[in-house]
Amino acid sequence: MALASLRELIERHVRDGDRVALEGFTHLIPFAAGHEIIRQQRRNLHLVRMTPDIVYDQLIGMDCARKLTFSWGGNPGVGSLHRLRDAIEHGWPGPLEIDEHTHAGMAAAYCAGAARLPFGVLRGYIGTDLPSVNPRIRSVQCPFTGEQLAAVPAINPDVTILHAQQADRAGNVSLTGIIGAQREAGLAAKKLLVTVEEIVDALPPAMNAIVLPHWVVTAVAHCPGGAYPAYAHGYYARDNAFYQAWDGISRERESFRTWMDRHVLGSRDHRGFLDSLRAAA
Amino acid sequence: MSGWTRDEMMTVAAARLLWDRCVCFVGIGLPSAACNLARLTHAPEIVLIYESGTIGTRPDVLPLSIGDGELADTAACVVPLPEIFSYYLQAGRVDVGFLGAAQIDRYGNLNSTVIGPYAHPKTRLPGAGGAPEIAAHALQTFVMLKATPRSCVAKLDFRTSVGYLDGGGSRGRTTARGGGPRAVITDFGILTPDEETRELRLTAVFPGASVIEAQAAVGWPLRLAADIEPLPEPTAGELQALRELHTRTNAAHSRAVHLPA
Repeated sequence: MALASLRELIERHVRDGDRVALEGFTHLIPFAAGHEIIRQQRRNLHLVRMTPDIVYDQLIGMDCARKLTFSWGGNPGVGSLHRLRDAIEHGWPGPLEIDEHTHAGMAAAYCAGAARLPFGVLRGYIGTDLPSVNPRIRSVQCPFTGEQLAAVPAINPDVTILHAQQADRAGNVSLTGIIGAQREAGLAAKKLLVTVEEIVDALPPAMNAIVLPHWVVTAVAHCPGGAYPAYAHGYYARDNAFYQAWDGISRERESFRTWMDRHVLGSRDHRGFLDSLRAAA
Repeated sequence: MSGWTRDEMMTVAAARLLWDRCVCFVGIGLPSAACNLARLTHAPEIVLIYESGTIGTRPDVLPLSIGDGELADTAACVVPLPEIFSYYLQAGRVDVGFLGAAQIDRYGNLNSTVIGPYAHPKTRLPGAGGAPEIAAHALQTFVMLKATPRSCVAKLDFRTSVGYLDGGGSRGRTTARGGGPRAVITDFGILTPDEETRELRLTAVFPGASVIEAQAAVGWPLRLAADIEPLPEPTAGELQALRELHTRTNAAHSRAVHLPA
């Protein structure tokens, strides 16, 4: 495990064309890392995420992606992700191939990936049209009962990026609160990059806590506020007002680009991004 | 308390279908309001589960997303997402799945994926999320949606989540373990499936709503139950609990968050 700046993490470990998962189920979404990928202009990424959320709306609208694996692509409680919709409906800024699943299916695919099994199995996708539009959703017969079960190929990202509350100096990473499928997405990856709110001398002892041990973590960057406008439990709340405001910011291509130019491309790093939002408030 | 809106009546009617101590998997939006109203009125020990892995949550305000911190803070426990779908939902440990959708057909099948052809959608909707497995494995489901001929359609543009498939015994021939939709709560009343054909019929209407209005709002020839139950209007207690919940929620969602330093 190496401790580095976020810029170095992305420079060194994220390549054009990589399959990249920025996970975090509403909570602990690695926004700072997404913004750094945009600043460094990575292209043709295959993005993987259960809920694309605003962070992938931004990556897609800034032309970083050619493919998206996902299971629910909206702005939670608000409505559409307009940049995702524009990419699917109109091919702007470029065509976006989609590999669409259900949450249960993606969870099974991450679990299989973490276990280095070839596929995930579930009693799922029953009576839905998804398998008719996604040839990667298949079925397998149980060798014991004969039941037909759904099978999805394992997800093994080239790079998974997570945001977490704390890491210690050895690189053990601790997550608390709503943790979605982060542990599985992290363990499924060839490389696991983590941004954290805090670097501590020693993680508080807690049995059964969600800890990603140092030897499965490729690199850690200290990045306070790195999940904003999502949240880091115990540090700051989800900015629901921003999620609502994003509907207007992202609705038109021009207003989206203006906002991204000003706040993301116009900022040197995440601290600068947060400063620019404070200045605009 | 005088006066109430159809939206309020819809939420109240949906909340009344839930019972105390039932285990309910909650979709975001209209279902979330109904489930929490039930908890704040007649079902204080209802176990609410959100797909973010929060079990037995008791939020003071409605979450904007299914993963707001409020849900974790007030939960009995928080488990990883793969567990909630495999060990709880798929394992048959959920009594009620509460869903919304963009489109429904006469057999209670739901579309939340696309309007228009999948490859070239007219409107791309958010997609499946947890709904297909909730629809398959919750022991029963309730569906909430506002009825128009565009939302209640003769043929779905895309079948995201299974109801009674083609009606009759067709759902029973799948590997879905749950019982399927037991009620559809619209903004004029409630539809429930016929025992034999599984086609949705009008079985209850809100005060002030008519059968003619219901039939006009549905894009297939809506069948009527032999006895259509007139539903009582919201009580003062229900309205007060719901309005206070919305007031707290609006204040919380518009509150400025201190940006992390």
